[in-house]
Formats: sequence, C-alpha cells, structure tokens
Amino acid sequence: MAIVPKIDVGDNYKEKYGFFDPEKYVFKAKRGLNEEVVREISWMKNEPEWMTSFRLRALKVFFKKEMPTWGADLSKIDFDNIYYYLKSTEKQGKTWEDVPADIKRTFDRLGVPEAEKKFLAGVAAQYESEVVYHSLHKELESRGVIFLDTDTALREHPDLFKEYFGTVIPPADNKMSALNSAVWSGGSFIYVPKGVKVEIPLQAYFRINAENMGQFERTLIICDEGSFVHYIEGCTAPIYTTDSLHSAVVEIIVKRGARCRYTTVQNWSTNVFNLVTKRAMAYGDATMEWVDGNLGSQITMKYPSIYLMEPGAKGDVLSVAFAGKGQHQDAGGKAVHVAPNTSSNIVSKSISKAGGRTSYRGLIKVYPGARNSRSFVRCDALLLDENSRSDTYPTTEVDEEQVKIGHEATVSKVSDEQLFYLQSRGITRAEAETMIVNGFIEPFTKELPIEYAVELNRLIQLEMIGSVG
Amino acid sequence: MADFQIEDLRVSVEGREILKGISLGIDKGEVHAVMGPNGSGKSTLSHTLMGHPNYKVLGGRVLFKDRNLLEMPTEQRARLGVFLALQYPVVVPGITMSNFLRTALNAKRGYDGKDKSKAIAPKKFRALLKSEMGVLHMDDSFLSRYVNEGFSGGEKKRAEILQMAVLKPEIAILDETDSGLDIDSIKFVSEGVNRMRGPELGILLITHYTRILEFVRPDFVHVLVDGQFVLSGGPEVASGLEKTGYAEWVKEPQAAAQEA
Repeated sequence: MAIVPKIDVGDNYKEKYGFFDPEKYVFKAKRGLNEEVVREISWMKNEPEWMTSFRLRALKVFFKKEMPTWGADLSKIDFDNIYYYLKSTEKQGKTWEDVPADIKRTFDRLGVPEAEKKFLAGVAAQYESEVVYHSLHKELESRGVIFLDTDTALREHPDLFKEYFGTVIPPADNKMSALNSAVWSGGSFIYVPKGVKVEIPLQAYFRINAENMGQFERTLIICDEGSFVHYIEGCTAPIYTTDSLHSAVVEIIVKRGARCRYTTVQNWSTNVFNLVTKRAMAYGDATMEWVDGNLGSQITMKYPSIYLMEPGAKGDVLSVAFAGKGQHQDAGGKAVHVAPNTSSNIVSKSISKAGGRTSYRGLIKVYPGARNSRSFVRCDALLLDENSRSDTYPTTEVDEEQVKIGHEATVSKVSDEQLFYLQSRGITRAEAETMIVNGFIEPFTKELPIEYAVELNRLIQLEMIGSVG
Repeated sequence: MADFQIEDLRVSVEGREILKGISLGIDKGEVHAVMGPNGSGKSTLSHTLMGHPNYKVLGGRVLFKDRNLLEMPTEQRARLGVFLALQYPVVVPGITMSNFLRTALNAKRGYDGKDKSKAIAPKKFRALLKSEMGVLHMDDSFLSRYVNEGFSGGEKKRAEILQMAVLKPEIAILDETDSGLDIDSIKFVSEGVNRMRGPELGILLITHYTRILEFVRPDFVHVLVDGQFVLSGGPEVASGLEKTGYAEWVKEPQAAAQEA
C-alpha cells in the first residue's frame, strides 16, 4: 500500500533546511577569483603539478568565454563577490564522532546519519568546499569498490583518476565547466569494478552554510563492464538575502553492459544560482539513467546528457522541476546518438506556481551512421495559476535517415473539476492541489527509493503551502 | 423541518437561471428520487448542493444540522456528512485509490496531519475496504490503480459507491449513478447502496430512467422539469413515468409550471 505523505502544515524551508551555523573555518580564500586564488586552492590541497596547470588553463578559458546568451537570466551573478574556497575543518571524519560537533549537528538535522543507518551503503557529506565525512560498507570495499571524495581519490588513485578526469566534460565545454575546472573542490569519486553490483545506494549530501559561498564539487563515476551503481545526491543551503553559487561538474563513464543510475533531489534555498554540467558516456549495451529533481534554487540551468557511444547503449532522463515565486528552472536533457541501435528516452515534468517559470530545454542529436536509433521525448507542464510560465525549447538534429524519433508535449492546469471532486470528499483545496501535483510527478517519485519519495512528496507539500498562504 | 431541507433554491449557470425555486425535505432513513429529462436541472441540483464553483446561487437555503450548507466550502459540506456520487467521476492521475480513500477518510475524521490518534489505523482501514469491496465485486487491484484512470463506466460508479461506503455520509446524493451501466453493474451498485440504507442515511437519487428504482426502491419520487418540481408522490409516480415518459411536461413546460 502506498505511503501517504504526512502533512506538516506550518513547517517550512527555513526551519527545516534554511538554518545556518556560525561560520568557522580553518581556511577561507579571499573574495573573488584570480590566478592567485586558484594557485592557493591547489596549494592547500597539495596537488600534483598537472592539476595546478589544469586549473590555471581552465581559469583562462573561464575568463575568455562569454556568459551564455540563452537560457535563464544570469546577469545578477557577481563573480567578484563569491568566496571560491572555504575549508571548515582540518580533517575528514570516518565516523560521525570525528566530525566537528556543530557540523555534525547540521547533518543530524538534515537526517543524513539516520538515512545512512537505514538504507545506504555509503555516504559522503560535503560542507562548504570540503567533504567532512565519508563512509563505505566494508563488504563493498573488499570487492574493490572505490567511493571517496574526489580530492582523496586524486591522492590515492592517481592513475585511475588521470585516465578519466576531464575526459567527458573538458574545461572548455562551457563557461561554468571552465569555472568548476579551475576551482573544483570535493565531490565524489566512484569506481565500480567489473561485474560488481552495488545493490544499495550510495549518497552524497552537499551543504552550503556560509554567505556568498561558491560550491564547486566535482564528481567522477566509472562503472566498469557489467557493473551497477545507484548514486543519490541531495543539497540544501540557508536562506540569505545575497546570492550564492553552486556549479558542479559530473562526469560518468558507463562501460559495456554496465548500468548507472544518478538521482538528484536538488533543494537549494532560493538565493542559490545552480549551474551544473552533467554528462555520461554510455558504451556497448550500457544503460545510463538520470533521475533529476529540481525544487529549489533561484535559477537552475542543468541538462543531464548522455552520449550513446556504442551499439546497444541506452539512456534515460527523467526530470522534474518545480518553480515557485522568483524561481526559474531551466532544465531538461540531452541525448547524443553516436552509434547504431542506441535508444534514449527523455521525460520532463514541470510545475510552475506563484509566478515561477519552468523551461524544458533539450537536444536530440543523431550522427550519420547511427542507424536504427530510437529516441522519445515527452514534456508535461502543469501550471498552477495564471501568473506562472512554462516554455519548451526542444532541438532535434538528425543526420541519419533510418531512425525513430518521437516528441510529445502537454501543458495543463489544475482543473476545477479535479479540485471539486477531491474537495467533495472532504479534502481541503490546498491539500487537493498538493495531491494533484504529487500525482502529476508520480512517474518520477516512483523511481526514487521509498524514503526519498516520501521526502519529495513532503517537500512538494511545503512548496504548495507556501503558494496558498 | 426535515433533517436535510432545501428551501426555494434558485441557481444560475453562466447567467442563465436553471433552478427556479426548488424545495425538498429529506429525513434520514428516506430515499427520494428526483427524475427528469435532459436539461431539467438535475445535475445543477446535485452540484449546487455540493458547492461546485460554476453554479451560482441566486436564492434559497439548504439547512442541515442547523447550518446553511450554501454558505460552506465544499470540503466542509463533505465533513458535515454530505456525499455526492458524481455522474462523471474525475480522473486524478498518479494518486492511487487507496491513497485517495484514506486521505478522504482521514479528512473526515478531522486528521490534519498532526494528531495521529485521529487517523485511521492501517489494519482497520484494510478491513473496512475489504468488506465493502466484496459487496461491490471489486478486487484488490482497484486500490493500487490511479483514481478513475482507465476505469470502465461500471468501475467508476462502483468506485463512487465504495467511497460512499468508506465515508459513511448521512445525506448521499447519487447523480445518475445508473447512467451508462449494464444490468450487472446496476445490480452491484444497488446492492452497495441498499446495504447502506437505514435510519442513519438519507438518499437523494437523481436519475433519468426508472430502471435503477427497481433495485433501489424510493420512498418518494419528484419530477423535475425546467428547474421546478412538477409532480411529487410515492413510488407510483415512477411507474407512471415508465409508461408515459416526460412528454407531458416537456412539450408544454408552461402548462407544467402552472400545474406544479
């Protein structure tokens, strides 16, 4: 029987996620961005020379590249006002007792240790720029699974790291990936050996605490042949009146016959700009699945992509965006068919309320020779009032004749008939709206582990209460 | 005064007056059938009693438990004990029947998400569903399906009666629950309704045809034509209608109005 989300009227983001701790740090870079800051970050991390040069090259690219002229309005971002690196503790904890008490309290409030006990095989907790806690089930470790923060992985597995780092998303891919490449810190590094199936999810939680903080985690996942992993990330931040910036790069390599699922429940506070580049390469008969939920942030621009590199590769993007007052969720997905007999499926569900704006932006590209490729895109938008907005920007570039491409899009409103029906059963209007919205995104929710599904329904409820009040 | 008293109800839809002064008293324990041809105002009556926003009340009162129903929002009418089985039940994608039924029942029990003692216990809820679904010949798979999505006509109507059984109203309005049903479905639905009949339930059964009245025997029958009752009486009124239909009134609605 389905779990009915509990109703916490009066609960809100501020109490639940928007709190902040007094800022403490062992090192904080100066505001703003220049070569000196980048060198300092690399020096603090005691990195090999090649990484320092990589960062500096990327910084040049960042300065040279223009801001994107499409998508959401990014003119408000003041790159000089951001702190690019903040280290809050000297060492990383292997147990929660090792983590400084105030930081541990934060993650306790966010329910991370509790989730770890119940249903996770490994956990990473990033606070500002650095991962402050990390764990992995012993049994997975003994089977050769590597789950580390990215900085540690660079130190402990330099060859594996160098082989794949920056190969899926080169620094010059776009302005924000260049920025991340210059100042990256933290993130997850995962290697799953051949044939190993990690049946229980691994999770990373990203927390911004300081004001005007920039968080630039860098994640690299390698699924070797025939392996499987499900990686989940969550993120929150305090509510400040000034802006923060989150700009991650996530690179994934899914080798022959392997499967990777990457689930995101993004719930940044509405002063965060969330500009993320996520891309996966899927090889022969491999499967890549992006399950991407965007609830928070002021502006999100994120289009998880899959390059289908060899025959039989399969890619799914399931994306949900919720935009309330003052929010613009510019999200979607990309599938690039390079090889024959590849398939992709993109499903986007967006909800706009109280003047919020959602955009679906997507690309389907089929290269010559990618015969018998199939792609299907479906975008459903739900508008909760007259002031809200939803747009669809699909791009399809097909250079091969023998393909099957489909696209469907719908825009709907919460209908009076649905509301009346639910209300006639004693359900309040606010609760009825919440039910309709939760029903609308149920194709997404049902893909989540049950604990997250419940949490997501609850988050939607909070958003909806905000819209009614 | 009856337990549920409609007094001189006048209603317009999109600026046109549809109900032109309806009065009707229903006591608990009684079954009142309202019959009428298409366009006579049957659905307007049912939707207005439940508070649909498209129906504008021009005058009159509906008294139930010392309150004027017309001044209350829809959900409060439901919580007070009024139920409407819709002619066209609405699809709610992504919400399972069991979630829907439980949420509705908990709403009626006054559960606002805080006081857990007001929510129905899962075991009790299951037992309740099991027994009621048996009567309606519905299997367990209903519960995991989304509300009315992909339901056949008969399934939709049975699902409405199931909701009624779960919510246990004191006044139930059944709006053309028989329309579009095959004879088996009518029997199942009627069985479900008859099982609930008793001194604690008043029923307003709205129908175009006399067929369902063979299974759910009414105590009173009212004929609604052009927004007014033209004839009221016992079950014999329905028998008369079966022979002559509405022709007498529909041809000359003016005369009919005078007659009433």
